[in-house]
Amino acid sequence: MSEAITTKIDSALFTANESEEDTEICMDVNNLSLYYGEAQALKDINFKLKKNKVTAFIGPSGCGKSTLLRCFNRMNDLVDSVKVEGEIILDNENIYAPGVDVTSLRQRVGMVFQKPNPFPMSIFENVAYGLRLQGFKKRRLLEEKVEWALKGAALWDEVKDRLDESALGMSGGQQQRLVIARAIAIEPEIILLDEPASALDPISTLKIEELIYELKSNYTILIVTHNMQQAARVSDETAFMYMGEMIEFGNTNTIFTNPAKKQTEDYITGRYG
Amino acid sequence: MDNTNNSQHISHKFDQEMEDLRNKVLKMGGLVEQQIGGAIEALQSVNAIGAEEIILRDHKVNALEVIIDEACTQILARRQPAASDLRMVVAVIKTITDLERIGDEAEKIAKMALNIAEEDAGFNSRYSGISHLGNHVHKMVHDVLDAYARQDVDAAIKVVRADDKADVEYQDLIRLLITFMMEDPRRISEVLDVIWAARALERIGDHAKNIGEYVIYLVKGKDVRHLDLDEVEKIFSLDN
Repeated sequence: MSEAITTKIDSALFTANESEEDTEICMDVNNLSLYYGEAQALKDINFKLKKNKVTAFIGPSGCGKSTLLRCFNRMNDLVDSVKVEGEIILDNENIYAPGVDVTSLRQRVGMVFQKPNPFPMSIFENVAYGLRLQGFKKRRLLEEKVEWALKGAALWDEVKDRLDESALGMSGGQQQRLVIARAIAIEPEIILLDEPASALDPISTLKIEELIYELKSNYTILIVTHNMQQAARVSDETAFMYMGEMIEFGNTNTIFTNPAKKQTEDYITGRYG
Repeated sequence: MDNTNNSQHISHKFDQEMEDLRNKVLKMGGLVEQQIGGAIEALQSVNAIGAEEIILRDHKVNALEVIIDEACTQILARRQPAASDLRMVVAVIKTITDLERIGDEAEKIAKMALNIAEEDAGFNSRYSGISHLGNHVHKMVHDVLDAYARQDVDAAIKVVRADDKADVEYQDLIRLLITFMMEDPRRISEVLDVIWAARALERIGDHAKNIGEYVIYLVKGKDVRHLDLDEVEKIFSLDN
């Protein structure tokens, strides 16, 4: 066998574990367009979201990435004059089909915002809130679930001795992990993160990123971020958006080393202008 | 598609740093080219003074390698380059390693020239094959630096191909030199010096080939090392 062929086989063997061929599809976005009144904010978006992967959306301000993120749990329904066309398929069902129960959709698709928004109640009650809405009443069961969620959000060790204190007394980074705990307490399948670390210091940011890495074995995660290095660090796949269009969608390694489109290249190398 | 990006960064200082890096590599390349030319010349004309100059100048090549390495580290730490910028920095880090080694090989050739000068009065015309090999790899280095400066993939592929010819010439030369040694055992030590010089030239060809591969990576974003060149060209023509 020639040297060239054996080298090729060897390098294929070394990278075999990173192959992403057989990943399940979690959500399928088909011809999605969104209008705020007359203005079109999303233009014919098509892509498939892989299960148990982190997908990052990057792009300049106003490119539609947050709008797109909010489509996945129909948060845009809360804005007047919004019109959505196309479909997002979750488990063979279009989440925009008439008769879809939006509340149960939002139980499956949890969301965390840019600024941590803990409720003005105790740490325990913050996490238990969604569970109580779901009908959990037994104190023991609630305690178990809250502990599980706080551990999942890498916060348990820091707060286990002060669960009854107000959540408003926590640091920004802790508050952000608390709302992530609140989101995962009700065991969603998908977590939407809208700039989850932009209001945090670098150490808290790294903790959130570490948490994202741990969470992805159980959840499918979508993250909107202005911080390109963060997208490069945490995501498996990256979508670059510009003026409401999805310019490029692909493997994060490829996007950050050899993107196919010039617009993507210009944006991630800081030439956009 | 040509995957390099020549438009300006928002940060002009970053543009300057990248431009500065490119220029330093070309400066180092120019110096190395000079070293090879000088070493071959010293060997052919059995010029001991010329050979000594080459040996004394090698530290300049080494110093440039250290300076460029430092500049790359700074850019990685402060700019976190991506895509074509990242590939440029990675390609530069690798290129200067090969350039520095080419400098070392040129120094070795100069040392052999010095040895021959001390042993004998003239360069035997029977060694003219080494001039041939020398000119060939000298041109490879010149062409690959040109390909780097112009980010020209076709020119880089030509250099990679030219290494095969260098290998063949080297083999032929060695065979010839062995027959000389068998004919005239009194000159074995002299012929051995010529063999070492030929070996150094052959290695210079390998380094030029490596740099050609980095240029392809830099422009196309594809690692073509250890691949069949015909296959590589087929992939690129499909891309276009």
